[in-house]
Amino acid sequence: MSDAFPQLETIPIPVATATEEVSASRFGWFRDMPILVKLSTGWLFLVVFGAIYAKLDESVFGGALPLQDPNLQTNNFNAETGEFGTGEPLEGPSASHWLGTDAIARDTFARLVHGAWVSLIVASVSATFGVVVGGLVGSLVGFVRGRFETVAMAVIDVILAFPALVLLLALVSIFEVRSLGLISFVIGVLSIPAYTRVARANSLAISNREFVLAAQAIGTRRRQILFREIIPNVLPTLLAYAMVAAAFVVVVEGTLSFLGLSVQLPQSTWGNMINQARRDLKVDISQVVWPSLALTLTVLALNQVGDYFQRRGAVRQSSL
Amino acid sequence: MARVLGTRLLRLVATLFAVTFLSFLMTALLPGDPAVAVLGVEGVQNEELLLEVREELGLNDPIPVRYVNWLGRAVTGDLGESYINRGVPVAQTIQERIPVTAQLAVMAIIIALVLAIPLGVLGAYKESRWPDTASSAFAQIALSVPNFITGIFLIWLFSVTLRWLPASNWNRLGNGVVDNLKTSIMPATALAMTQMAIFSRLVRSDMIATLQENFVLAAKAKGLTDRFILLRHALRPSSLSLMTILGINFGALLGGTVVIETLFAIPGLGFRLINAISQRDIMVIQGITVFIAVVYVVINTVVDLLYAAVDPRIRRS
Repeated sequence: MSDAFPQLETIPIPVATATEEVSASRFGWFRDMPILVKLSTGWLFLVVFGAIYAKLDESVFGGALPLQDPNLQTNNFNAETGEFGTGEPLEGPSASHWLGTDAIARDTFARLVHGAWVSLIVASVSATFGVVVGGLVGSLVGFVRGRFETVAMAVIDVILAFPALVLLLALVSIFEVRSLGLISFVIGVLSIPAYTRVARANSLAISNREFVLAAQAIGTRRRQILFREIIPNVLPTLLAYAMVAAAFVVVVEGTLSFLGLSVQLPQSTWGNMINQARRDLKVDISQVVWPSLALTLTVLALNQVGDYFQRRGAVRQSSL
Repeated sequence: MARVLGTRLLRLVATLFAVTFLSFLMTALLPGDPAVAVLGVEGVQNEELLLEVREELGLNDPIPVRYVNWLGRAVTGDLGESYINRGVPVAQTIQERIPVTAQLAVMAIIIALVLAIPLGVLGAYKESRWPDTASSAFAQIALSVPNFITGIFLIWLFSVTLRWLPASNWNRLGNGVVDNLKTSIMPATALAMTQMAIFSRLVRSDMIATLQENFVLAAKAKGLTDRFILLRHALRPSSLSLMTILGINFGALLGGTVVIETLFAIPGLGFRLINAISQRDIMVIQGITVFIAVVYVVINTVVDLLYAAVDPRIRRS
């Protein structure tokens, strides 16, 4: 109970305990994946590919796939041809608009794919911040202990003493212009304490293992123990945790977007698509369904894969 | 117990100082001059008046002095006035809106518990068989659906399609319980679903552990019915971690009310916070943030202490 305040409120700190058998063969890890985890991994690859493709469509892929302009109002007057576009607002799914169109006749599928980019960037930046900074600090204080640990953990306790979303809102409200970089940065910084907690808990456990004692006994330098013994063993757990944390971050970004406090329009995000579509709830619910489905499936997939790797990581650690 | 109490209270005080200082820094370090905000555009022309207001607001003092002064006022219930709605004290706004948010949070916890305990007990009782798989899958999905999405689909189902409940607005409890329930049941349910998922997973795993204890075996040997054993013997020892998570998740719930109140246009603290953010009404943002943080910190401490009071193992360690 020394950890009084939670991080990412819903996620328990994973610490190694053995739960299942692991196949010995080299590629067994993929074969052994439960079908749901395989499907989840597939969905996540699809989202990542879509996001990257959407971003680099023109410059790198040269429009190889027929992805439309997410901001083009398809019923607009076209000055070159002198005619109005053929699109209609709130169209149903069709061959030209796979998921229909939104309230101002923009292609929903294109907006959905472009929205994935925002989720991808926010999630990856926060995971990078968390694993690099949180992982380093957590591993260090868990191994070295002492006064530095007390100070670092006190600071972390204070940050975690705020309800995450309220602190994020307060911070975001200070800035008038909210770019993707700024949002990712703020969420990334706020992610660090949770990762530090996880890294420290695991570093504490590993520091007491025989191989660390042995390394100390033969006079290995502390820096070398940290980088050769502690961190490599903290990392798998931390990476599995990063998946689960990413699920939380995707929801947080979605919530910010939904409140209109994330990346500015016209950049589409799943959250702001839901917010715009809910105004036409009485006419057409399908425009709410698509981004909701994308958001939920992504969160579900991240949770599935994260849980799975946490279980596996736990087994590997216990067999050390 | 006295030592646990002492250290926890000391930590509480330290955390409260830190939390309030951080909230204070928010306005202190903000780009722009609060005096300009107070005076408005016309006032800025008057150099003398500007200096006077700066002196009055204590903007010329060093930050630690300003913090102590601000804290002194905050403790006595003076959180300043809104920049936008002149003359309305922030503390009054909070006071008016806290019953709404508190009611939502409490209702959400009750709904979550009412759904989660049967689900969790069922999952543990039928471990690894289809009722367990089904309830675990349901929890897994409920955990992954953001609360505002749940809210929108509830609105679509009960307001747009069935026309049973209003899609927004709020009837105060004072105007009749039924009228209040009509406006509060959907937002509370939307808030409750994620919590429900967390609670039911927790009850399930704790219950599975409890069911392997010897006293359960003894109760079975005595010939007690499964239902009696589950509800009377096993549930209580399985609800300890549920108690902690209840307190811990209160923070998540407070965060959740921000979104849900905005979605349902409910005049609570969270909706006011979002309004203040869009108006850049710094004093209100600061006031609500510091209030929520303090409530959260205090609740966490109380839960920790309660936990120590209930479970002797923690008291001793």
